Amino acid sequence: MQKLSINELKYKANDVRQDIIEMLLEAGSGHSAGPLGMADVFTALYFNVLNHQPEIPKWPDRDFLVLSCGHINPVLYASLAEAGYFPKEELKTLRKLNSRLQGHPHNLSLPGLETTSGPLAQGVSQSVGFAYGLMMDRKKSQRVYLIMSDGEQQEGQTWEGVMFAGKYKLHNLTAIIDRNNIQIDGYTEDIMPLENLKAKYEAFNWHVLEVDGHNLQEIIDACYEAKAIYEKPTVIIAHTIPGKGVDFMEGDYKWHGSPPDKAQAKLALDEIRTLRGQIKSEHE
Amino acid sequence: MLNLNLKIGQEDIEQEATRKGYGQGVLDLALEDERVVVLTADLAESTQVLEFAKKYPQRFIECGVAEQNMMGIAAGLALYGKVPFVSSYAVFSPGRSWDQLRVSVCYSRANVKVAGAHTGVSVGPDGATHQALEDIAITRVLPNLTVVVPCDFVEARKAVVALGRMEGSAYFRVGRSKTPLITTVETPFVVGKAEVFREGDDVVVIGSGPVLYNALLTAIDLEKEGISCMVVNNHTIKPIDIQTIKSAAKKCGAVVTVEEHQIMAGCGSAVAEVLALHYPVPVEMVGMQNTFGESGKPEELLAKYKMDKAAVVEAVRRVLKRKM
Repeated sequence: MQKLSINELKYKANDVRQDIIEMLLEAGSGHSAGPLGMADVFTALYFNVLNHQPEIPKWPDRDFLVLSCGHINPVLYASLAEAGYFPKEELKTLRKLNSRLQGHPHNLSLPGLETTSGPLAQGVSQSVGFAYGLMMDRKKSQRVYLIMSDGEQQEGQTWEGVMFAGKYKLHNLTAIIDRNNIQIDGYTEDIMPLENLKAKYEAFNWHVLEVDGHNLQEIIDACYEAKAIYEKPTVIIAHTIPGKGVDFMEGDYKWHGSPPDKAQAKLALDEIRTLRGQIKSEHE
Repeated sequence: MLNLNLKIGQEDIEQEATRKGYGQGVLDLALEDERVVVLTADLAESTQVLEFAKKYPQRFIECGVAEQNMMGIAAGLALYGKVPFVSSYAVFSPGRSWDQLRVSVCYSRANVKVAGAHTGVSVGPDGATHQALEDIAITRVLPNLTVVVPCDFVEARKAVVALGRMEGSAYFRVGRSKTPLITTVETPFVVGKAEVFREGDDVVVIGSGPVLYNALLTAIDLEKEGISCMVVNNHTIKPIDIQTIKSAAKKCGAVVTVEEHQIMAGCGSAVAEVLALHYPVPVEMVGMQNTFGESGKPEELLAKYKMDKAAVVEAVRRVLKRKM
């Protein structure tokens, strides 16, 4: 797929955010903060970093993206639809009966989904399985991208997978942690502190990078740097603002697990469409 | 032709552990399918995959003591295109890795085969913590999962090959101790097809696993009293062979189930569900009676917890009294 420039990516991320708000409003349930916070990372991945062909979802030479924190799937669905895996109109069926857009990602339901996730940390092991398989077959040009939440670092299975990837030096694995500091019950450092996250990963023999999760250039640069590391897997700790792009959602853990109502969605869309008043909305 | 072992009922019948059948089965399969890989969580020797590890080091994956991760890795490998076999004790896998089995494997239809070793009280001296008596219950409840319980070493070996050739998620259980060889290489084995191992018309004993041998011994003994006892090997718990179970119940009018597992939600329950829906007849169940095991010798434990021949004979007498 053709790679977008930084400027084009900025507008694409904006489209993804609008999709997310519209989907959540239509669904009436779901997570708002995580998907909005990860819109830049997903846009960078699907429109620049990943080697994939939306018209051939099972293209054998593709990179594999595993979303472990399945609850932020509105951002994944929006990215897939924007990339052309399925019609954008279908986004409105999120979480509804007979929809291909299940409340949490199900590999068999929708093209472009590699695995099933929701129970946290399962994607960590799944991605390790893909990476190990590629390594066995000496497929050197393909990579595995694992997206994790920060709350997910509290699961034991996460560290089982991290330990395994470190042992087998799975350098074809790039993990990205959505470090937004919130989880359902509150702030991560109150619920169960994660720091020092960087030191923890280094202790497990991973290469660690930290980026501003809203700086597209930094995200892309880190992904390319990870490709150049041959001795160990790489984790990119992406510092993000939950609810990014919508003033009243930003940084507030209460938006972790809830959708906007109609008035809130309108407010949010106005803000996103105008890039906070920087540009004129074409909807006006 | 069933071609069962001619030594059934004799003192000198050959014995081998079903877990060895697993070890042999993956070796057989590895020859014909290079996608086959074996994973273990620090139990290569006791789950009998050490030979595989030596012969195919590139296809053997040591996961360390981390069963949840192992199950998830297997799912990833399967979705990538491999045919992974997950090897551990059943109390750990699927015991500790059930969530991963449910979501990453079954719901995702990942082509993962799970071997649960050290099942039943016949694990012996290790005690209750290591005696899996609930694995059938927690696996047969999962959609998209085939569940097989081989009755001996030979059948275990065939089951591994058959499940490996099938596309889809599967769980099979094997045991630690040596048990009689009931079948031979010529005995037919088809996943989902129960076999009538002995004809009879007064009562049918339907069982799975090595304790099926006690059903055959019971049938031999009771024949001397003029009781004609059919024996059915119900090796596939899911999908269950409704037709064979129904026709056996029709012919005999009384059913005894035998297994080395909790009677709740195990093989007996699966048979009882079929009968309740299709052909209700009196049923007695031989199995673990809602309790944990303990340390001891396998034969002592099978006797104490009433899964030996004497227990099957008693169950047959009880069910015959209830027969209309």
